[in-house]
Amino acid sequence: MNRLVATVAAGLLLSTVAACSSDAGGSSDDARAADKPRSVTVFAAASLKTSFEQMKPKFEAANPGTTVTFNFAGSSDLVAQIQQGAPADVFASADTKNMDKAAADDLVEGTPANFATNTLEIVTPPGNPGQVDSIDDLAGSDLQVVLCAPEVPCGAAAESVEKAAGIDIKPASEEQSVTDVLNKVATGEADAGLVYVTDVKAAGDSVVGVTFPESADVVNTYPIAALSGSKNVELAQAFADFVTGTEGQAILEAAGFAKP
Amino acid sequence: MSVPRWVYVPAAAGALFIVLPLVAMAARVEWSQFFSLIGSDSSRAALWLSLRTSAASTVLCVVLGVPMALVLARTTFRGQGALRSLVLLPLVLPPVVGGIALLYTFGRKGLLGETLDVLGWQIAFSTTAVVIAQTFVSLPFLVVSLEGSLRTAGQQYEVVAATLGARPTTVLRRVTLPLVLPGLAAGAVLSFARALGEFGATITFAGSLEGVTRTLPLEIYLQRETDPDAAVALSLLLVVVAVLVIGLVRGTRSSAL
Repeated sequence: MNRLVATVAAGLLLSTVAACSSDAGGSSDDARAADKPRSVTVFAAASLKTSFEQMKPKFEAANPGTTVTFNFAGSSDLVAQIQQGAPADVFASADTKNMDKAAADDLVEGTPANFATNTLEIVTPPGNPGQVDSIDDLAGSDLQVVLCAPEVPCGAAAESVEKAAGIDIKPASEEQSVTDVLNKVATGEADAGLVYVTDVKAAGDSVVGVTFPESADVVNTYPIAALSGSKNVELAQAFADFVTGTEGQAILEAAGFAKP
Repeated sequence: MSVPRWVYVPAAAGALFIVLPLVAMAARVEWSQFFSLIGSDSSRAALWLSLRTSAASTVLCVVLGVPMALVLARTTFRGQGALRSLVLLPLVLPPVVGGIALLYTFGRKGLLGETLDVLGWQIAFSTTAVVIAQTFVSLPFLVVSLEGSLRTAGQQYEVVAATLGARPTTVLRRVTLPLVLPGLAAGAVLSFARALGEFGATITFAGSLEGVTRTLPLEIYLQRETDPDAAVALSLLLVVVAVLVIGLVRGTRSSAL
């Protein structure tokens, strides 16, 4: 038994030594590089995935030696992670409510900048089998309509649209996220749903979008901010500035976002 | 058998690894508001729906699983090994994958969906869809534990009964099933517990609507968005129910010994 203990202890020691030496190797690599590699970790709302991934190579080219890492999730999940001390440098939220939550906890550096807006659009399966052409069609019919739950931003927006249009939709399901709504519609389970304009565009041929005038009454604003917990606030701010700058704005516009 | 003393160290670490997160969660519960947090209408609807659907899927598991376990344990045929592996697949599949598969089977545009639609049976977004999802993921639990019990019990009593002139159905009813009853009960309880915790297949296949398809795990996931305190309280409630269920299994196991 003692032999075993000794073997385990030796193994542990060896692995510690190995870890130390590989650390040393890493830092000497760093020293050799002309510019110390810098990285910026961006926590961004899931709806920004395509646009931000297109910005990554451009930002990295404009800032040599910089690597951008993303964490895409629902904005409320991201705030919760930041509050629990996740190593984030930048936060881009899909609504002002979640950015306010981060700001209230003093996690935000400076003032958040609004960089995009998004509105809702009706989404139907290809061919629009339910023949939906206005928001009124979603209420009081025997169509299967799916919305986001009022607890998540897209559901809150859907609720506001219902109020603005003076209708009451009885959804077959209140989904957790835009992706869930899109999926139920794309597979034909549901006849219609409400998602963002940019989601319809990103979904391509798998769904058909139906615009409606009342959507203009409910505009979702996306704010971005560098985080005070960042080890490199300057670089974090540089990324935020890139998003609000000409190049970033062009990419967002191509994805269907409107200017704030 | 005595265990080498060093074994206790990793064993304790493992136990801590499982227990510590539960303790950490319990420590986060706002005890002063616990009952108001779990007593809201939506929480009660979710708990009630979870209990009802889990009970229904457990019944389905018994109805379908007992014959499956009998066929696997008491007969031999070509491809039996492959069949057993396939039947156990939901154990290792991510539940989301199960949900997608069910969608393409029972969904409106799915393999059976249009036929069912003609028969006037709409499964999409109904409580039936929840029961189907739960049965899909928990059936293997019952089959595995019952097949194990059947093999352990052996066939000598069945052979004796048969030589005394009992017909196969009588042997099954009077000899086999009473022998494996504790195993069957344990399997059923495990299936119930798995159904109670089912999340991925349900949210993918059945959707989420209060009182219809939003079971307790879905409610917890949704509450996280706006009311993390309620989510933690509901999680603890689910842990308590799960602990009771495990206690029930241990009770049936020890009475079997």
